[in-house]
Amino acid sequence: MRRWLLISVPYLWLLVFFLVPFFIVFKISLSDIATAIPPYTPTFDWSQGLSGIGTFLSQLDFENYFFIFEDPLYLNAYWSALTIAAISTFLTLLIAYPIAYGMARAPKEWQPTLVMLVILPFWTSFLIRVYAWIGILKKEGLLNLFLMNLGIISEPLTILNTTTAVYIGIVYSYLPFMILPLYASLEKINPSLLEAAEDLGSPPWKAFWQVTFPLSIPGVLAGCFLVFIPATGEFVIPDLLGGSDTLMIGKTLWNEFFNNRDWPVSSAVAVVLLLVLVVPIVLFQRNQEKQREAGR
Amino acid sequence: MRRFSWFNATSIALGFAFLYIPILLLVIYSFNESKLVTVWGGWSTKWYSSLLQNEGLLSAAWVTLRVAVVSSTLATILGTLAAIVLVRIGRFPGRTLFSGLIFAPLVMPEVITGLSLLLLFVAMNVDRGFWTVVIAHATFSMCFAAVVVQARLYDFDKSVEEAAMDLGAPPVKTFLQVTLPIIAPSVISAWLLSFTLSLDDLVIASFATGPGATTLPMKIYSQVRLGVTPEINAVSTIMIGLVTIGVIFASYTTKRASARQEREMKAVDAGAK
Repeated sequence: MRRWLLISVPYLWLLVFFLVPFFIVFKISLSDIATAIPPYTPTFDWSQGLSGIGTFLSQLDFENYFFIFEDPLYLNAYWSALTIAAISTFLTLLIAYPIAYGMARAPKEWQPTLVMLVILPFWTSFLIRVYAWIGILKKEGLLNLFLMNLGIISEPLTILNTTTAVYIGIVYSYLPFMILPLYASLEKINPSLLEAAEDLGSPPWKAFWQVTFPLSIPGVLAGCFLVFIPATGEFVIPDLLGGSDTLMIGKTLWNEFFNNRDWPVSSAVAVVLLLVLVVPIVLFQRNQEKQREAGR
Repeated sequence: MRRFSWFNATSIALGFAFLYIPILLLVIYSFNESKLVTVWGGWSTKWYSSLLQNEGLLSAAWVTLRVAVVSSTLATILGTLAAIVLVRIGRFPGRTLFSGLIFAPLVMPEVITGLSLLLLFVAMNVDRGFWTVVIAHATFSMCFAAVVVQARLYDFDKSVEEAAMDLGAPPVKTFLQVTLPIIAPSVISAWLLSFTLSLDDLVIASFATGPGATTLPMKIYSQVRLGVTPEINAVSTIMIGLVTIGVIFASYTTKRASARQEREMKAVDAGAK
């Protein structure tokens, strides 16, 4: 009895505030835009009883989905969000791996401090960290100033408001999410395995690819999911660092909702985005569960 | 550990430079006399004093702080309960869905979470404002809190709990007097994490808010869209400073608490032998 009470409090909370809303989003994605409050039609009218449900259901349709799939703007936004997220996930992995590797090899007494130093930027505001890059990347910004003073370039580079800036922003903001799981899995590797590989005459790079890297794969996967999934729906970074030609679906959804006030279409955009991400989300959860089982 | 080569040292150094230089530059330029970001006009704290006159920013900061305190407290309670359910109650019908509901918000794009919560509030016909933002923040923070507490519950010695139960302590008493003190450091970090997540959030708050509940990130965002100003640098510096002090303080106290716990445990072990 008490057990059920314990389970039901967090469970009900998540059902009401996380799961049920998705069904509402789905429902509204089937409605039409209207100039009313709330700005969609039909709305549910309880007073009409059962026949009300009938008319309500008959007014729902998949029109908004056809609209999304016919307009290349949306398809391009989905596609470019996925490619930008995939490329930046890969870049983040490339940058994070040596850092995590170095941390795992650092003297034991330094390691808690190093971990702490990786976490600290993650605790400082995401928005502020993205904002910091505007001052660095803009035309008269600090990076251009620095490079021109060194004489490496003579004309300022245009980086802000391009896709390059979005890559930089994503890699920078999500780097801790990649380093931490990588470090956790690299740190667990028993050094005697590498010693054994070396004693058997394996050169270091071969020992790395055949021993270290395979053992770190759970960390690689966890890190990639933690970066890829949220980056696909990212809004702040493409909005502040990207240009008008940088399409990403999170930004499209935001504009559709806040600028066009089209709730049904933005709901449909959200449903499709969720469907696109369902597979990686389920894989992420399975990976987490598996690691936990192994860790016990 | 062996083989801490120059390669490892360089990659750590470069990595940390990449992580910290942007933040450092932001902080330095908040003390710039000149309004232009690229021109160094000498040291000055005038942007900080001009902040004190900015009523909009101050009231937004006050709303943000209140939202963060309430939502992180809620999130910590819910998240701790969720962690206990996940770790201590092995199997129950609907467990897979439950753990899915805990993990999905960790990676769910914020635009989706925000939109869906807004539509829920509209469907339930509640006035949006302070409390809807609190609920929205508590919902996604509780999942982070659950993960933090869960990690601690996994690696502590369950036999202490069992001993208390064997000695006739009822489960609630066991939890309050045995389990909670042991997991306390992780509960504190869960609260701090929820607090900063709430302090930080722009997207979900923008969807869930209503008139009169503009948060600081929303205010910053609308000013950032107009361009870089030293005033924003000053607000950011204050926030960075507060968070840094908080994190260092928290890690210091939790380290001390866990060191003391370990000593006590050892003493108990020695006494038992």
